[in-house]
Amino acid sequence: MINLFKKFFSIFKFKSKKNVKLGLYGPPNSGKSTLANKICLDWLGQEMSTVSPVAHETREIQVKEQISIKSKDGKELLFNLVDTPGIATKIDYEDFLKAGIPEPEAKKRAKEATKGIIDAIKWLDEMDSVVVVLDATQDPYSQVNITIIGNLAARNIPVIIAANKVDLKKASLKKVQAAFPQYPIVGISAKYGKNIEQFYEQLFKTIG
Amino acid sequence: MVTLQFVPYTEIEGLTSLGRIRKLLNIAKQNKIVLLQGRLSKEEEAELIKVTMEEISKEFKGIELAVINPTESQLTGVQKFKHSMFSMILGQREGLTIVGPANVVKSIKKDPNKIELFTSERRKK
Repeated sequence: MINLFKKFFSIFKFKSKKNVKLGLYGPPNSGKSTLANKICLDWLGQEMSTVSPVAHETREIQVKEQISIKSKDGKELLFNLVDTPGIATKIDYEDFLKAGIPEPEAKKRAKEATKGIIDAIKWLDEMDSVVVVLDATQDPYSQVNITIIGNLAARNIPVIIAANKVDLKKASLKKVQAAFPQYPIVGISAKYGKNIEQFYEQLFKTIG
Repeated sequence: MVTLQFVPYTEIEGLTSLGRIRKLLNIAKQNKIVLLQGRLSKEEEAELIKVTMEEISKEFKGIELAVINPTESQLTGVQKFKHSMFSMILGQREGLTIVGPANVVKSIKKDPNKIELFTSERRKK
């Protein structure tokens, strides 16, 4: 019942256009921070987050304020970009050990990663729009993906799915499209900038 | 040996969201795989992940979670509406939720109609 009230009032929620929060959500290592960096490099000329092949590199919410992007037809979109830690259902410090991280640091990372996931979930309510970044080489039906997208739908938050890593042979955009047919999906490579213009166009369509 | 514990929907329907989460998590923390009749709400699923993260320790590494509901994808517009009405009144009894402790369940692969559960092999000392 409380959620019904929340949904009802969210329709009338007024937010200053300057404070629109665009969140990047997804499982660990899907390329959220790489995409955040690409957006910031393209429009601010500087990177935002540290990236690494080791999962859970982003363990704290990162916010880059006042990003202004422009469309080809001269429209402008202003938002605060929120890069969130990857959401997972399990954290094992031994996975960090296997990646060559010393034990005390591995334990510290595991603890920070759990806190990061809690924060990312808490921040769901703060978002105005969300880009769900999925690794297109992985199974799209993972429960974390479905839970994230389901929670955004339950909160009436507009969603774009960025199927990342389409530069890799194993990537399958079709699988992601089959799993989430009701959402706009753009196949991108955040690392190499592939289809990034298409992604920006979709941002204008969804949140512009 | 892997232990599966079936939880009928009637066992959780009277509980609060946190009560439901606690019940499932307490079973998983006993190294048992929970087979829940029906589903949690999406908000409860997110809350389950949150509470799981709060309880990660040396012994408890988290959970593997999967929800399967084959009928949902096959429904047409009117049927979907009818279903959501029934769910509002009777609760989300359809489908199956699997919650496995991460040290027992290595991974769960799923497509809309099938779940494959891979368990971790324990080495004999």
